Amino acid sequence: MAKLRQAAIYGKGGIGKSTTTQNLVAALAEIGKKVMIVGCDPKADSTRLILHSKAQNSVMGLAAEAGSVEDLELEDVMSVGYGGIKCVESGGPEPGVGCAGRGVITAINFLEEEGAYDEDLEFVFYDVLGDVVCGGFAMPIRENKAQEIYIVCSGEMMAMYAANNIAKGIVKYANSGGVRLAGLICNSRNTDREDELIMALAAKLGTQMIHFIPRHNIVQHAEIRRMTVIEYDPTAPQADEYRTLAKKIVDNKNFVIPTPVTMDELEELLMEFGILEADDESIIGKTAAQLAAEQAEALAAA
Amino acid sequence: MQAVDDIKPCYPLFGEPDYQASLKNKRDVFEERHPPEKVQEVFLWTTTAEYQELNFKREALTVDPAKACQPLGAVLCALGFEKTLPYVHGSQGCVSYFRTYFNRHFKEPICCVSDSMTEDAAVFGGQKNMFDGLENARAIYKPEMIAVSTTCMAEVIGDDLNAFINNAKKEGHVPADFPVPFAHTPSFVGSHVTGWDNMFEGIMRSFTLNHMADKTPGQNGKLNFVPGFETYLGNFRVIKRMMAEMDIEATLLSDPTEVLDTPADGEFRMYAGGTTQDEIKDAPNAISTILLQPFQLDKTKKLVENTWNHEVPKLNIPMGVDWTDDFLMKVSELTGKPIPESLAKERGRLVDLMSDSHAWLHGKKFALYGDPDFVMGMVKILFECGAEPTHVVSHNGSKRWLKTMEKMLSESPFGVNAKAWTGLDLWHLRSLCFTDKPDFLIGNSYGKFIQRDTLHKGKEFEVPLIRIGFPLFDRHHLHRQTTIGYEGAMQVVTTLVNAVLERLDQETMGMGTTDYNFDLVR
Repeated sequence: MAKLRQAAIYGKGGIGKSTTTQNLVAALAEIGKKVMIVGCDPKADSTRLILHSKAQNSVMGLAAEAGSVEDLELEDVMSVGYGGIKCVESGGPEPGVGCAGRGVITAINFLEEEGAYDEDLEFVFYDVLGDVVCGGFAMPIRENKAQEIYIVCSGEMMAMYAANNIAKGIVKYANSGGVRLAGLICNSRNTDREDELIMALAAKLGTQMIHFIPRHNIVQHAEIRRMTVIEYDPTAPQADEYRTLAKKIVDNKNFVIPTPVTMDELEELLMEFGILEADDESIIGKTAAQLAAEQAEALAAA
Repeated sequence: MQAVDDIKPCYPLFGEPDYQASLKNKRDVFEERHPPEKVQEVFLWTTTAEYQELNFKREALTVDPAKACQPLGAVLCALGFEKTLPYVHGSQGCVSYFRTYFNRHFKEPICCVSDSMTEDAAVFGGQKNMFDGLENARAIYKPEMIAVSTTCMAEVIGDDLNAFINNAKKEGHVPADFPVPFAHTPSFVGSHVTGWDNMFEGIMRSFTLNHMADKTPGQNGKLNFVPGFETYLGNFRVIKRMMAEMDIEATLLSDPTEVLDTPADGEFRMYAGGTTQDEIKDAPNAISTILLQPFQLDKTKKLVENTWNHEVPKLNIPMGVDWTDDFLMKVSELTGKPIPESLAKERGRLVDLMSDSHAWLHGKKFALYGDPDFVMGMVKILFECGAEPTHVVSHNGSKRWLKTMEKMLSESPFGVNAKAWTGLDLWHLRSLCFTDKPDFLIGNSYGKFIQRDTLHKGKEFEVPLIRIGFPLFDRHHLHRQTTIGYEGAMQVVTTLVNAVLERLDQETMGMGTTDYNFDLVR
C-alpha cells in the first residue's frame, strides 16, 4: 500500500479553494492517482465539478433525513466522479442555526468508521470552509488526519490577513502533532506584483509559494458546465497550470511549522508593495466637520 | 404534623388529614387541573391500540429512554483499572450525574472528576481546563492513571483530546510518562455501552499500540476477558472463580469489583483493586481475548484483532445452560485445560433447578428490556425454561443485534410470537404492555412506572416488574448478584420463579374466593 497522504486546503472565503482543489485533484487523477475529496463546508459545493452535479447529498443532510448517522451506509454518502475520484460532502446546517463544526467531526468520524480510507487511496483532500473558526473546522488537521496544509490566497489584503490567521491556527496544532504548513497556492486576482508579494509573505511564514495560478476565463467557462478545466479542455494552457501544481504537490517535501507575523509586520509588507498606505495618525477619529474646521483654521493662519 | 420523636417520611405523612387538606387546597386554588374524569379519560386513551399507533409515530421525542450516555460507560470502564481516576473533560453537572447514578445503584462513593468547563471554555476551547484539571487531579488524588472522556459540550466545540493531553505533557502539567489514555465520548451518539467500548479501546491502545514488537499471542499462557458495560459484581467474580477451578490464569480487563464494593471498616478507599498497568501491557501476550458482551464491543474487537492479532472467538454472552457450555468448551479448547468435575456438577445443579421450576415458568409471558447482550441472554434463559418472551426491547441495540435477535426468536417455538425492537423507549414499551399484555416485565427500576400505570387501569391489567438490569435504584444489593455462568442462571431462574409464585400468592389470597389455590407447597 502506498502511504496515504492527507492534505487540508484552507483560505479566505471566496478565494477559489473549491475550484482550485477540484482542478488539482482532477490533475492528480489524470496521472493515475487514487484520490478522495472531503468537503468540509455546510454549503456542500466542494465536489460539483467532479460529479457534474449541483450539490452532492451530504453526510449530515442524509443523516438528518434518516434520523441518525448510524443509519447511513458508506455508499449512501460517497459518489465517484471524474477519474475515479471519490467525493464526500460533510454538509451541515443552514446559516443561523446549529453547529457546522460538529457536522465536520461527525462526517469524518463516520468515514473512518465505515472504512472510506481504503488501502488503495493515495491522497485525501479536505476542502475546508473559510477560516478555522472553531474546533470542528480543525478536525481535518487533528493527529492521524491531514498532515499537510495548503493555503489558497491572492495578492489582496484580506486574503493575506486570512492566510496569516490560518498559519496561527496551524502553529497550535503543529506544536502538539505532526501537521505542517506545506505551502501557499496563489490563485491570481491580477493585482500588481502579486507573485512577488505572495512569495514575500510565504518567506515570512517560513514556507513557499508552491505555485502561482494565473487568472483565466476558461476556469469560469468550465465551471458553468460543472467541470474542471482538466476535463473541459485538457489542451488549455490553464489545465497545464493545474497539472504543474499537482506535480509540485506530489513532489513536495517542504513541510514546516509556520511562523505567523504580527499585524504590524503584515501591514509593513503590504505598504512595501503599495497595497496599503501608511496611517496618518493626525486624522484618526476626526469627523468631516472637524477636518473642515481645521483646514479653515490653517488657511486663516496662512 | 411532624413531631421530633416521631419523624415520618413522606409516606405515610402526606396521607394524614392536615396534609391531605393542604394538598386539596393547593389543587383547588392553584393547580387549575382538569377534573378527575377527564384525566382518567385521557389515561384510558393512552392504553389503547389507537394511542399506540400515534405513540410509535413519534420522531423527535424520547420519553424515558432505556439507555444512558457514553461518558457514563467510560467512567465505569475506567473504575475497573488500578489506581485510575476517571476524568471527564466537560461540564461539571454531567459528572455529578454519573456519580449519583452509580451511587444510587452500587450504594458506594464513586470517585470521578471533571474539569468544569464553563462559558469561557465553551468559547475559547477547554485546553486550559485540561491543563489545570490534570495537574490538580494528579496532585490531589494521587492516581497512577487518569482516564479522560468527554461530555457533549467539549464534543460540540470540537476539543482535540490528543493535542490537549500532549500539550499538557509538553508544558509539564503532568509528567510525560504519566498515563493519560483518552476517548472521545459524545453523549449524543450511541449509549453508555458505546462509551465503555470507546474508553476501553483508548486505554488498551495507549498501553499497547506502540509496544507490540516483543508481543506474541500465547506467550504468557493466560486468557483475557473483556466484560463490557457490566454492573453485576457477581459476574466478575464468577468468571474468576470458574477460571480458578479450571486452573486457568485469567486477566479481567477492567475489574471494578473491589472499588464498587468496599467494606465499612473505618478506612476510606479511593482506589481499590482493579486491573493493573502491567496486566494491560501483558494482555497482547495472552492466548486469546474473550468478549463477554460481543454486541457492544465493536471498537475493542477491532483493536484486539488488528493490533494484538488475537482471534476473537465467536461466542454469545455466557447466560443460561447452552451458552455457558459453549463458553467453557471454548475456554477449554483454547487453553487445553479440561472442564473440571466441580463445574460439571454445578451445571447439573442448574439443570436440576430448572426442571424443578419449569412447570411454573413454562408458557409464562415476559416482556423485557435492557442492554443488547443482556436481553439476548435473558431470552436464552427464558427459552431454556419454556417461558415465552413477547417484546424484546434494546433501546441501544444495533441493526446487527436486531437481525440476530429476530433470527433467534424465529427459531424457537417459544419465540415465534415475540418481537424484537431497537430504538424503543419505555413509553413505547408501556403501550405494548397494555395492548399485548405480558405476565411480567423484566428490566431496571424505571419499569416500576409501567407497573404502576398498568395497575391503575385495573388489577387484571397489572404487569409486575422483575428487577434484573441496570440501574436498580429502588432495591438493595441486587448488584452483587450474578447473571452469567451456571451460577448466574441459577440466580436468574430463582428470581423469575419466585416472582411468579409471589404473584400467584397475591392472586390467590382472597379469603373464601381465590384461596382454593393458596397452597402451602408450590
